[in-house]
Amino acid sequence: MMQWLPEDVSTFGHEIDSLFYLIYYITGVAFILVTVLMLLFVVMYRERNDGRRATYNHGNTTLEIIWTVIPAAIFIALSFMSVNTWAKVKRHAPESDFEIAVAAKQFNWEVSYAGADAKLGTEDDVKFDNDIHVPVNKPIRVQLSSKDVIHSFFLPNLRLKQDAVPGRTFLVWFEAVKPGKYELPCAELCGFGHSGMKGWLYVHTPEDYKKWADENLAPKPQ
Amino acid sequence: MSDTAAAHGAQGHHQELGFIRRYIFSQDHKMIARQFLFLGLFMLLIGGMLAMLVRWQLAWPETAVPGLGFIPEPYIYPGPNGGGIIPPQTYNALFTMHATIMIFFVVMPIMVGTFGNFLIPLMIGAGDMAFPKLNMLSFWVGFVAGIVLLASFFVPGGPAAGGWTSYATLSARAQYTGVDLGQDLWIIALLISGVSSLMGAINYITTIVNMRAPGMHYFRMPLTVWSLFITAILLLLALPVLTAALAMLLFDRTVGTSFFLPEGGGQPLLWQHMFWFFGHPEVYILVLPAMGVTSDLLSTFSRKPVFGYHAMAFSMISIAFLSWTVWGHHMFVSGMNPLLGTAFMMTTMVIAVPSAIKTFNWLGTLWGGTIRLTVPMLFALGFVSNFLIGGLSGIFMASTPVDIFIHDTYYIVAHFHYVVAGIIFALFAAVYYWFPKMFGRMTNEPLGKIHFVLTYIFFNGAFFPMHFLGVAGHMRRIYNPMQYEFLQPMQHWNVFITTSALILGVSQIFFLVNFFWSLFAGKKAERNPWQANTLEWSAPTPPPHGNFATTPTVYRGPYEYSSPEVKEDWLPQDKDLGAKAAARAH
Repeated sequence: MMQWLPEDVSTFGHEIDSLFYLIYYITGVAFILVTVLMLLFVVMYRERNDGRRATYNHGNTTLEIIWTVIPAAIFIALSFMSVNTWAKVKRHAPESDFEIAVAAKQFNWEVSYAGADAKLGTEDDVKFDNDIHVPVNKPIRVQLSSKDVIHSFFLPNLRLKQDAVPGRTFLVWFEAVKPGKYELPCAELCGFGHSGMKGWLYVHTPEDYKKWADENLAPKPQ
Repeated sequence: MSDTAAAHGAQGHHQELGFIRRYIFSQDHKMIARQFLFLGLFMLLIGGMLAMLVRWQLAWPETAVPGLGFIPEPYIYPGPNGGGIIPPQTYNALFTMHATIMIFFVVMPIMVGTFGNFLIPLMIGAGDMAFPKLNMLSFWVGFVAGIVLLASFFVPGGPAAGGWTSYATLSARAQYTGVDLGQDLWIIALLISGVSSLMGAINYITTIVNMRAPGMHYFRMPLTVWSLFITAILLLLALPVLTAALAMLLFDRTVGTSFFLPEGGGQPLLWQHMFWFFGHPEVYILVLPAMGVTSDLLSTFSRKPVFGYHAMAFSMISIAFLSWTVWGHHMFVSGMNPLLGTAFMMTTMVIAVPSAIKTFNWLGTLWGGTIRLTVPMLFALGFVSNFLIGGLSGIFMASTPVDIFIHDTYYIVAHFHYVVAGIIFALFAAVYYWFPKMFGRMTNEPLGKIHFVLTYIFFNGAFFPMHFLGVAGHMRRIYNPMQYEFLQPMQHWNVFITTSALILGVSQIFFLVNFFWSLFAGKKAERNPWQANTLEWSAPTPPPHGNFATTPTVYRGPYEYSSPEVKEDWLPQDKDLGAKAAARAH
């Protein structure tokens, strides 16, 4: 099933994927165990008119304790193994001098780069619709907001998803490790144009990024 | 408690009721149960057809659905040969209404309305519900809710299209969806249906607490009654929160308040907190009765006591408590404080434990039994198998980092269909199992088995590959997957899923034919055709008004199968072994 995971090009994606794999193997074993036992019991203990009587048995406390404690231990262990990755992705955005703003609206991603004043949210911001250009191997901070309804900023290849909520601004971050062009769909129902609301993330080598920035972000000569 | 039960038993003598009092405004819990059943099955038909349309669009986007051309523009666009093409707006309405109907007007009326009404008095040895008039009102209020919801298909702008979760701000302003009256009617329908459920819940709780037959201690109640008892308590506590949220949303839409609108100082996330504070207990409201029924059926058809009866009851009780502490796992990526996400992950992992306990105890019940693979047993086993998959897939999204990727993808759709749509297996099991008591006739066994095999195969064909789509990142609620380059290579799975879903839908003809044919021409059922222990099988078939000729006395728990005390392999709860000899002396 895992061959269908999109290629991971982020710094934290492999941690998410390895948790995915771990849970996949644990649940796979549990699935096979229970299914095989169930089929086995249904076949072994089916009624055959041979006069055999069912075992008169109301349960077994030792077994109850075993199958309560083992799953509980596994689940609690999984929780603790998840805490750090979660904190890395959602709580501790690294410092970076690369910060952009993305405002979602029906049905576009409005991307802003700071203008000459190097500040976001001012008159001279340079705006693009749906396209984000970033350099590779650099933490990118995104101020995410929405102008109308809830949208969700989803980068499958970076294992990143964050809802954009009107009235709030959230800081999300990612760092791409491979140049390329990655799809950016909206993952939260946002109206009749939800399907097809998407943009592209262009990850450039530092040289290519500089070229793009010089052409597109630098103040245009009047 | 025995006095009340006896007083209700005495009502059995007032038999002569007119047609209207008997079949329409009936106060008999068994007739009300049948009314809920027909309402639920009718809505299942509609909800199912909406799902087929959703699936058609996903497999063959923007192609004409055969026979849909009669619906006017802009709801459906004309295609070749009388077909109709579904536009995005209608597509959103289709999945919104599919989910709303399936949850509030199929699973709740059937699992809670039908079987709660039918089984609670019969299984605890009572003559009727504590409040028969309230019971009647509960059905008719629910019926009105259904009418209001269906009416929204015919208003300008069409029905609600903001998803069954109706997240604000999308749902709070008509300009965002283009749906105005339809969304209002959706809110009003759910408000009314909440009133219906509340009346039912109060009735169930009162009946179970006060009207158990002599000897029916709490820990002699069948697990079906336990599950319905806990469901009723959850309903009573959860519904007011939904009602409050719906009222606030309606005010935001109609009278200009700003509970959920940031431009007036409101918070869109408040809706999600309120909705899921109701919504997660709601999931257990849906699934607990299915678990209870499954426990009873596995025991009956394994001819063996339920393994760990107390563990089963206490795991349901702990689910009832824990279900209030996990709502935030629907909101990991919503923008809620990530620290809260960590806390909700912990509680979510903990609530998985009682579900695991139940699954293992079901296995324990099968172990060493003499298993009869009747139609209800096959469906009960099908429920266990699907619940297993749904339970295990839930562990993925409980882990917050994994949820970042799979949230709002088909992985979630696969998960909740295995849990919630999987309830359909317990629902069919219950219908086949109690049909003889309900209608006095047996269903046809070969037809039932064909129905099971087809339903099981194509249910899994329809829902299992959704995991693959989810792993690939396929978003929920998108109209056309082909608009995304990264999803195009997976499109063959959408075709596979839709094909399975269409066959799954058509297979239900075997159920409909069996149901209606058996209703009129099925073999007459005896009093206890399954040789079961619980009290409903001691009542005449079908039970008269008032149920029992004399109030039964309960001597033991419900699962004394293959007991060494008797020669037969079943021992009814009300069978007095000690007085046997005394009876012979007369």
